[in-house]
Amino acid sequence: MNTVDPTLGACPVPLVESEKVMLGHGSGGQLSAELLRDVLVPALGAAASTGVPEDAAVIDVDGVDLVLSTDSFVVSPLFFPGGDIGALAVHGTVNDLAMMGAMPVALAVTYVIEEGFPIADLRRVTASVGAAAAAAGVPVVTGDTKVVGRGAADGIFVTTTGIGRRLPQAHISAAFARPGDVVLLSGPIGAHGTTVLSTRESLGFETEIASDTRALHRLVAAMLADAGPDIHVMRDPTRGGVASALNEIATASQVGIEIDEQAIPVPPTVAAACELLGLDPLHVANEGCLVAITAPDTADALLATMRSLPEALSAVRLGVVVNEHPGRVLMNTLMGGTRIVDMLVGEQLPRIC
Amino acid sequence: MKYLDEYRDPALARHLFDQIHAVTSQPWALMEVCGGQTHTLVRQGIDELLPAGVRMIHGPGCPVCVTPLELIDKALAITQREDVIFTSYGDMLRVPGSTTDLLALRARGADVRVVYSPLDAVRIAVERPDREIVFFAVGFETTAPANAMAVLRAHQLGLPNFSMLVSHVLVPPAMTAILDAPDCQVQAFLAAGHVCAVMGWTEYEPIASRYHVPIVVTGFEPLDLLEGILMAVRQLEAGRAEVENQYARAVRRSGNTEAQDAIRRVFRIGDRTWRGIGIIPASGLTLTEEFSHYDAEQRFAVADLTAREHPACIAGDILKGTRLPTDCTAYGTLCTPRTPLGAPMVSTEGTCAAFYTAGRQPYPVPAIPVRSS
Repeated sequence: MNTVDPTLGACPVPLVESEKVMLGHGSGGQLSAELLRDVLVPALGAAASTGVPEDAAVIDVDGVDLVLSTDSFVVSPLFFPGGDIGALAVHGTVNDLAMMGAMPVALAVTYVIEEGFPIADLRRVTASVGAAAAAAGVPVVTGDTKVVGRGAADGIFVTTTGIGRRLPQAHISAAFARPGDVVLLSGPIGAHGTTVLSTRESLGFETEIASDTRALHRLVAAMLADAGPDIHVMRDPTRGGVASALNEIATASQVGIEIDEQAIPVPPTVAAACELLGLDPLHVANEGCLVAITAPDTADALLATMRSLPEALSAVRLGVVVNEHPGRVLMNTLMGGTRIVDMLVGEQLPRIC
Repeated sequence: MKYLDEYRDPALARHLFDQIHAVTSQPWALMEVCGGQTHTLVRQGIDELLPAGVRMIHGPGCPVCVTPLELIDKALAITQREDVIFTSYGDMLRVPGSTTDLLALRARGADVRVVYSPLDAVRIAVERPDREIVFFAVGFETTAPANAMAVLRAHQLGLPNFSMLVSHVLVPPAMTAILDAPDCQVQAFLAAGHVCAVMGWTEYEPIASRYHVPIVVTGFEPLDLLEGILMAVRQLEAGRAEVENQYARAVRRSGNTEAQDAIRRVFRIGDRTWRGIGIIPASGLTLTEEFSHYDAEQRFAVADLTAREHPACIAGDILKGTRLPTDCTAYGTLCTPRTPLGAPMVSTEGTCAAFYTAGRQPYPVPAIPVRSS
């Protein structure tokens, strides 16, 4: 194994791993999009995609708009400052429904548990699922439990599936952003991703960051009650961060987006962790904030409404939607220059120095 | 954030921009040595706000980018051994070798782990006596002391299962190689602040006087770079060629002598191949005889492995600063961060990746006066 076939080096082609799934395929960035586009959607047929990537599907059942969403949670560690896998699983699915303008009606919860997982931890995770669901006002009505052999899972994986009822004022989609619209962000970014990363044993540094995991449906309901159809897009910037969410919107709506670096709310602890780890806060996962793209005339009033709610006390105006550079997100930098805000390619790889 | 916000202040930046514009009377070509500096310049759009004709040439200071292809192939060969846990800083994982990269090998079952410190690799070696732990020791003088410490620690613990694949490079020989090139356009350097925090700047003094080129030891924050550019342009306009220190909060003339001692104990200076540039004499670090049994190349018998670059890739010219990423026919088409042909597209500190993520399109390059010698 100490030589490489010399003929393979003679005419190198771009190295794209196409036979095996890589971790980067699950990062919510470009690789994830390619996996959906090239492997999953073609195999499932046209009904699997409207062409617009959304967090949940709207289904017309006898004239009622029901919304369906499912999400699996494989976070490590299971317990972290500000939350755990149980709360995260409830919030994640409630928020995916909410981003389509739906209020949650019921949840199903599935566990895949590794042999040897402590029952005490299972109780703790389940208590957290129960508490988060109760706080969100949504019942867990069914579920499933599977146990696999040691090594076939990492402790516990949790899948939540949610069904919701779409609010009548909701007319939102990633494809509805229009030039002139305003980009609002409900709160500080980067806390969840940096918390989970810094809690991982291998990084060996301590911070006081806590995950921002929370349910956002009440915020969404209040925003829709206030601005109704003036709200064109809602997204919770989870995996892939704000950068990926904005890029998806720009692509789906075929518009450009311009944001101001000065407006981006990055808490000092998150900024410090990102500096140390060599990460861009715009690429870091969030679990408790949303991006809204909304008509300019009512944007200030909507921002005021958001700031009156506990979920969005420090909401900000992040930028604007423009005609130029469709599909691209630009940032006006602190120094007065501009740069493109790109999607995360694959895994976030820490820099050397 | 304290110690960061004060170096990113927009009002102070405008003031520095104004001063740079005020002192500039003619076009100048400056090279920032370090990839971290390139990153800040491009991400903040600083280079586009400089006076017309003041051009930043992006230097060879991205350790990921200058690691030769054959060394990546050696890493890949070692990683494929079943008895090996291969440890590395994160951004080496995506660097393409001749046939694959470390991330893809990991997807295929190899044990590849990201560490933030070489001492983490030593810790894994303690915990896993049944496996060979190899650390990919890349970097400039900045990372050399920590890597030297890891070898000393492994030595102290008597660890038989720890080794290093060493690709350490040194800045001053690369600077003189660039200055010696007949097509050199660089008229002043912003030296890498972190490298100088370790090594000091005495080795730059003979370069400044011999080549009559100003060298400003410069930090990495936006205001550091603007101040470094201002100091370099002032020297050029005045016809001076001295070593100056912009990064006074971190660097002293003699550097960190303890760190230098650790480097000298574990490493000796040797010839080193730079990706895209070729062999530069006395430009790298190699384990000394005393510690040569920690050399993974010898332990796993991969020393003879060789490799060839992709023909379309102009990484060498880009690293030397004679061409821009946007001059490359593969830039943004064949070669993207998703499908990198050459190393400068891989690391976020690489010039090509920095250009690409900043959305730089190919544009005509203004005529720049060639440095008179």
